[in-house]
Amino acid sequence: MEMPTPDPKVLAKKPQLVERLLQVLPEDAVIHEEAETRAYECDALTAYRCPPLVAVLPANTQEVSDVLRICHEFDVPVVPRGSGTSLAGGALPTADSVILGVSRMSEVLEVDYDNRFIRVQSGRTNLSVSGAVEEQDFFYAPDPSSQLACAIAGNVAMNSGGAHCLKYGVTTNNLLGVTMVMMDGEVVEIGGAHLDSGGYDLLGLICGSEGQLGVVTEAALRILRKPEGARPVLMGYDSNEVAGQVVSDIIKAGVLPVAIEFMDRPCIRATEAFAGAGYPDCEALLIVEVEGSDAEIDEQLGLILQIARKHNPVELRESGSAEESAKIWLGRKSAFGAMGQINDYMCLDGTIPVSQLPYVLRRIGEMSKDYGLDVGNVFHAGDGNMHPLILFDANKPGDLEKCEAFGADILRLCVEVGGCLTGEHGVGIEKRDLMVDQFAPDDLDIQMAVKDVFDPAWLLNPAKVFPLAASSGRRAA
Amino acid sequence: MTPETEEELSALIAGAEGPLRIVGGDTRPVGKPVAGETLSTAALSGIVNYEPGALTLVAKAGTPVAEVERALAAEGQRLPFEPMDHRGLLGTQGEPTIGGVVAANVSGPRRIQAGACRDFLLGVRFVDGMGRVLKNGGRVMKNVTGYDLVKLMAGSRGTLGVLTEVSFKVLPEPASAVTLILNSNDELQAVAAMTAALRSPFEVTGAAHIGGKTRLRIEGFAESVAYRAKALADHLSGFGQVEVVDAPDAVAALWREVRDVEPFHLADGDVWRYSVKPSDGPALALGLREKGARDVILDWGGGLLWCLAPNGADMRPEGLNGHATLVRASEETRAKLPVFQPEAALIQKVSQGLRDKFDPRGILNPGLMG
Repeated sequence: MEMPTPDPKVLAKKPQLVERLLQVLPEDAVIHEEAETRAYECDALTAYRCPPLVAVLPANTQEVSDVLRICHEFDVPVVPRGSGTSLAGGALPTADSVILGVSRMSEVLEVDYDNRFIRVQSGRTNLSVSGAVEEQDFFYAPDPSSQLACAIAGNVAMNSGGAHCLKYGVTTNNLLGVTMVMMDGEVVEIGGAHLDSGGYDLLGLICGSEGQLGVVTEAALRILRKPEGARPVLMGYDSNEVAGQVVSDIIKAGVLPVAIEFMDRPCIRATEAFAGAGYPDCEALLIVEVEGSDAEIDEQLGLILQIARKHNPVELRESGSAEESAKIWLGRKSAFGAMGQINDYMCLDGTIPVSQLPYVLRRIGEMSKDYGLDVGNVFHAGDGNMHPLILFDANKPGDLEKCEAFGADILRLCVEVGGCLTGEHGVGIEKRDLMVDQFAPDDLDIQMAVKDVFDPAWLLNPAKVFPLAASSGRRAA
Repeated sequence: MTPETEEELSALIAGAEGPLRIVGGDTRPVGKPVAGETLSTAALSGIVNYEPGALTLVAKAGTPVAEVERALAAEGQRLPFEPMDHRGLLGTQGEPTIGGVVAANVSGPRRIQAGACRDFLLGVRFVDGMGRVLKNGGRVMKNVTGYDLVKLMAGSRGTLGVLTEVSFKVLPEPASAVTLILNSNDELQAVAAMTAALRSPFEVTGAAHIGGKTRLRIEGFAESVAYRAKALADHLSGFGQVEVVDAPDAVAALWREVRDVEPFHLADGDVWRYSVKPSDGPALALGLREKGARDVILDWGGGLLWCLAPNGADMRPEGLNGHATLVRASEETRAKLPVFQPEAALIQKVSQGLRDKFDPRGILNPGLMG
């Protein structure tokens, strides 16, 4: 993956830059020794690494503003970083950039149950947002699988999703307002505890902009009352087509499960070997979860099971207790770990129209043979967000490149059938060069024009999202 | 001008020499009056793709809302955000279009629970001020590929581009719905009851206060609705007698009345709309009455206020923490008073910056949003 050549003029400014940063931040918040900047050399896309020029850890909006004003003045690129869990390289630095980490900003600022929102500093982790409102039986809905570690700042930057989006939506549907610092250090409040402002939906524009429009320091998030209960059911089928039909039939019947998860045979076998959840050895496995009171769950599951039976399942397992529910989820939740046990893997997250599921799975199977690389599929079937996991050996020369080529082919297939390159991980550097497969030049130009408005000098996370060739004129300007 | 294809629209805009007044069905003339040649999307009509099993629908911008709703109803589905029909309130004629709903980000009572129009909008195609045909988003529910211009286009009222196609996530129409009705003396008591309901786990999908009564809606499968209605009534026993309405037509009528602000249709006066933090609703209602408001309706659990006001009165309270919009008034009043809440200087600068990029010649609904 190509990154822009570091600007020697910027590299030469390091001593003065560090000196200025130390005037506005405590000493331990400015990391500039080479041995220490290495801690920020990559995010969860570990195949690509580069230590930044400097890393800073501001503690509040004012400090973020001071840092950005200085970097703006020095003409130094800034790469914002949440917890560094991006699978797309969203927080990958360049050698001439300042990493701005929000990890020291993790306070809860306000909890308002009557108006059903919480305001937090953006470095707070996703799960600890729910943790802060648990005592009143509330929760924060978006639940990316990295939720133990990932920060709200990163969630907003990538518009993160999770397993329960079918019912609760993704980050943008649960974000009420932000405090954001622009690249020149100006602080702006967007949205708030009220709904739907009268002007342009800048909140919606910022969510998912991958840290390229501003640095979000505080966020007001919608919190919801927890449902009375939830219960999953597991079903196994002998073909992907049939499982896909079951998903479609459930949705058409008017039931709205909170989650519909899908695993294919390679993935089932891997997780069985790893976690021993007792899954059937079949072509396609579905986990469907519904919520409500016991009686409501019975009513919904009754309908779901009726549909499931019509399609001749090889296995149908209802949960009768919390332990059984946990066991049904065990394999799904260990799927990534299980695949990682076998080999290195690359996780994709293209989305497809649900009706294309069987075709896409068949094509991925064929491509897997052509490339000679195994692939397991585990994904959110209700919303079409796929997660093919391609296995490769990082120590084998050429395997990573082969894996990336295979991944790119899968993503192009997603676009071809009417879907998109990324459903919840973001573009980052990983899918940057595939953007031309989804967008025409004008479609990309208008997006880059939006960045021109917020960050005219293209200093914020400049080498991400857009193909380098497409953004080169703007980055140099 | 009523182009019949996207290409024709693109050529019209590229060749336009003066300002254009962009309309769908022209049933929601909200905003500063625009002087310009009228450009209608009404002839860009028809449902392009509807997959009930995937909960997605794609339609051309000029498709009548009624046509979309009929197609969805035939499959037992609906637009979850319950878009308001502005015709009664604004005294307009014509056929509301789905593109108009998007352009004004129109949502109804269910917004409090399900989300707004923008939350269900998955993709757009539009023509910008230079005549370029552009797309963003798509027809899948999860999509973070590039910037989310879909949200930006929702509610931009034709000032950033002319919508040609929109795609939505839709949801199943619940089998059953009931409404609980309580008598509330004032807005303070009403918001307290609505807050208690919205804090409960019983999934209230509508919470409004209209004509001295507080309405709470529950939807879903029949048994589930019956269970939750009973549980919610018990939960609210401290707020007095609870009346339950469960006849489908009656429930639908109660919420149409709230959605379309029916009590103000034939009443004389300007109509203002406010979006605030729900707990600020009662104080705002009181302040509006002191300023001469003739009636106030609350929706969204207290977060949305509709105010019937004397003609020409400036009903923007000092230091309002939220948004006031002048929805119905004479052209003269709309030209005189800010129609939308004036925004912070930096937001105004960004908004103008976006307009300069999307419509460098300033010909799309110029001045409508500032």
